[in-house]
Amino acid sequence: MATAVTDQEVENTLYEAMAETGADRSQLSRDASFEELDVDSLDLVELAQVVEDEFGVELKGEDMKDLRTVGQAVDLVVARAS
Amino acid sequence: MPPEGCALVTGAARGIGAATARALSAQGWPVAVNYRQDRESAERLVAELEQQGGQAVACQADVGDAAAVSELFRSLQQDFGPVLVLVNNAGMRADGLAPQLDEQEWAQVIDTNLSGAYRTTKLALGPMLRARFGRIVNVASVVGPRANAGQANYAASKAGLIGFTKTVAVEVARRGVTVNAVAPGLIETKLTEGISNGLAERVPARRSGTPDEVAACIGFLASEQAAYVTGATLTVDGGLSA
Repeated sequence: MATAVTDQEVENTLYEAMAETGADRSQLSRDASFEELDVDSLDLVELAQVVEDEFGVELKGEDMKDLRTVGQAVDLVVARAS
Repeated sequence: MPPEGCALVTGAARGIGAATARALSAQGWPVAVNYRQDRESAERLVAELEQQGGQAVACQADVGDAAAVSELFRSLQQDFGPVLVLVNNAGMRADGLAPQLDEQEWAQVIDTNLSGAYRTTKLALGPMLRARFGRIVNVASVVGPRANAGQANYAASKAGLIGFTKTVAVEVARRGVTVNAVAPGLIETKLTEGISNGLAERVPARRSGTPDEVAACIGFLASEQAAYVTGATLTVDGGLSA
């Protein structure tokens, strides 16, 4: 069951997870694109698992296909969690 | 030491699956003994493993049922932590020459032997990626890469399983998750009852193999020592394919 979360909580969680997969912390922002951050499809699968573990939100393949920026991912998770 | 988690062996009530459950329990893994119908054998195996000091649980789920597989993983995560060793052993056969195989005989074998492995693998991978550790071993067969008349459906499922193994292996290799297959030849199990008469003479080793011999190979592939082995198929057939 998804729990209501804030933008900030989701951002912090995603930044931490992306840093663990090798993204440069100094480049992390809502506007940063996954391409700029060198976050590839396997990294996104791992981020989806983090989101499911932390917020109970399930992101399927079709959800991930259209995500280009960190901000889009944050907004999607917050929307699904509410 | 691997992270905390458990091992899931599908089709583990008997044969290669049961032998594999024993091997993994001996390695120290809590083992989920999955079965479809043979609850009695599964529970007997669980009691045996617990008596030897291991942790085990019998879990009913048909790998052909996506919802049941999903519930199986949810419940294991809750009780034992993530599935970090997955052995896709559940398999069936429904033999017949290709012109006589009906739709159901075709579909059931493909669904259990190949799609079942997809369903479990899909659910296992996310937590394995997070843990930076995972071992997936798919029980394929020498039939698939080799022909065996009367088993077009079985051969297709097992050849497909090998292709699936290789592709998933390269997708996740950089996260410490290995995906391999074993390809048993003629092994003394219920699945080969009635078809093994006289075949042992054609095997260079002049005998059929045992479930324990296959389980030993699976146990190696599931171990930390096999961390650099991925996308491989280990043939266990007494020289039949050589």
